[in-house]
Amino acid sequence: MKLSVSIQVNGRTYDREIEPRLLLVHFLRDSIALTGTKIGCDTSQCGACTVLLDDVAVKACTCLAAQADGCSVTTIEGLAPDGRLNALQEAFWTKHGLQCGFCTPGMIFAAQALLRVNGNPSPEQIRHALEGNLCRCTGYQNIVRSVQAAAAAGVR
Amino acid sequence: MYSADFDYHRARSLADAQRLLAAHPGAKLLAGGHSLIPLMKLRLAAPSAVIDIGRIPELRGISRSGDSIRIGALTTHAELAASADLQKSAAALAEAAGLVGDPAVRSRGTIGGNVAHADPASDLPTVLVALDARITAVGPKGERTISADDFFTGIMTTALADDEVVTAIAVPASVRGQGSAYVKFAHPASRYAVIGAAALVSIANNRCSGARVALGGLLPHASRVRSVEKALTGKPLDAAAIEAAAALAQADLGSNVAGDIYASAEYRTAMAPVYVKRAVAAAAARAGLA
Ligand SMILES: Cc1cc2nc3c(=O)[nH]c(=O)nc-3n(C[C@H](O)[C@H](O)[C@H](O)COP(=O)(O)OP(=O)(O)OC[C@H]3O[C@@H](n4cnc5c(N)ncnc54)[C@H](O)[C@@H]3O)c2cc1C
Ligand code: FES
Ligand code: FES
Repeated sequence: MKLSVSIQVNGRTYDREIEPRLLLVHFLRDSIALTGTKIGCDTSQCGACTVLLDDVAVKACTCLAAQADGCSVTTIEGLAPDGRLNALQEAFWTKHGLQCGFCTPGMIFAAQALLRVNGNPSPEQIRHALEGNLCRCTGYQNIVRSVQAAAAAGVR
Repeated sequence: MYSADFDYHRARSLADAQRLLAAHPGAKLLAGGHSLIPLMKLRLAAPSAVIDIGRIPELRGISRSGDSIRIGALTTHAELAASADLQKSAAALAEAAGLVGDPAVRSRGTIGGNVAHADPASDLPTVLVALDARITAVGPKGERTISADDFFTGIMTTALADDEVVTAIAVPASVRGQGSAYVKFAHPASRYAVIGAAALVSIANNRCSGARVALGGLLPHASRVRSVEKALTGKPLDAAAIEAAAALAQADLGSNVAGDIYASAEYRTAMAPVYVKRAVAAAAARAGLA
């Protein structure tokens, strides 16, 4: 079966014919060549594939592209369209919240989801909010500091 | 990872979902997809068709009707955890929903999918059994309501027929003198329950006038620990009485406990009374405040 979907990604609408089994993460990476979204575990555990789906942080490896039909998706490419980092990305940059950067797109969206509902999170609240996002490099300390810095800079 | 090929149909209403189920034997319903999609990617499930019920408006939302709270099947874990009504009148359910997986899982996964999937390591079935919840399903023969006690029948097995759709779950709203709580020993990687304990206690004249206590995570399906319930009833709920009653959980578990590479059956059995004790104590504290 072929399915027609229309998915808005970073403000632009993409109409594609897909197989129903196509995952949202493959739609983003393979169908429309936005490779900023990563695939880590591919089993819903690591959060590397996290994007915003209608403004909610979701794991794109555990979502069918068909489920996103008619919806709006934000990927990491959408945060810095003109190459200038947004304030949350800037905080990760200044606080060394990344090393290899593989987990970073997902971390950014998980952190953004937290800051939307809690503008002044404690370190513990930050750790809980990032529970679904694994980082193999940083040991998390600087990721927590990055989110604190972003909150202090007024990111919501 | 790609699942096996399947046909995709989106249901626009409950009636549409039933029509699609009848037209496509072997089809699976898709709600939040956070149990079904992982299974399909691992090819442990390969349905010929998937019927997406995720956008049916009539299956959403939490509402009061008299002394019970009706929760639409598509209500997400995040919505359960954030509901002021549940926090106040079915505290264990809001608490358990807030402990499911991680924030992204809670934003997608639904209560209907959770109960229909009936993973032994799930959190919500344990709470629903303790709270005496009722699950409403609609099939070709009409609507029926099943008590949580009877709904969960085995590992990933329920009383639901293939052609039935869970539409809502109703939990009794706790009254003055009642309190409920859920505590969980979470697997450190998956966050699923290694052990989950839920308790609902009623207190009158400083004594326990009734208790429902359930365990999950370590059994094929969430089940009540009736020796514990009986031992609590009539007692003042002080630490000693709770501890003595909780110790009886081991007898109720018998040889049904499952172990895995992370936690052996012996270890889980030994830990069960500890979690029962904590759940009952937390429920009793809430009952005292109510
Ligand atoms: C990384 C990760 C961690 C998790 N951790 C936990 C945890 O700690 N605790 C926990 O309890 N759960 C956990 N889960 C599971 C999660 O709660 C799932 O969301 C839930 O079990 C299934 O809900 P769903 O809406 O995603 O269902 P789906 O995956 O869409 O469906 C699951 C099954 O239920 C059926 N179904 C769905 N809706 C209905 C309906 N209305 N009527 C009849 N049948 C229906 C489907 O056909 C399918 O067989 C985790 C999942 C992931 C991916
Ligand atoms: S790749 Fe999606 S959670 Fe790891
Ligand atoms: S920076 Fe390398 S995985 Fe997080």
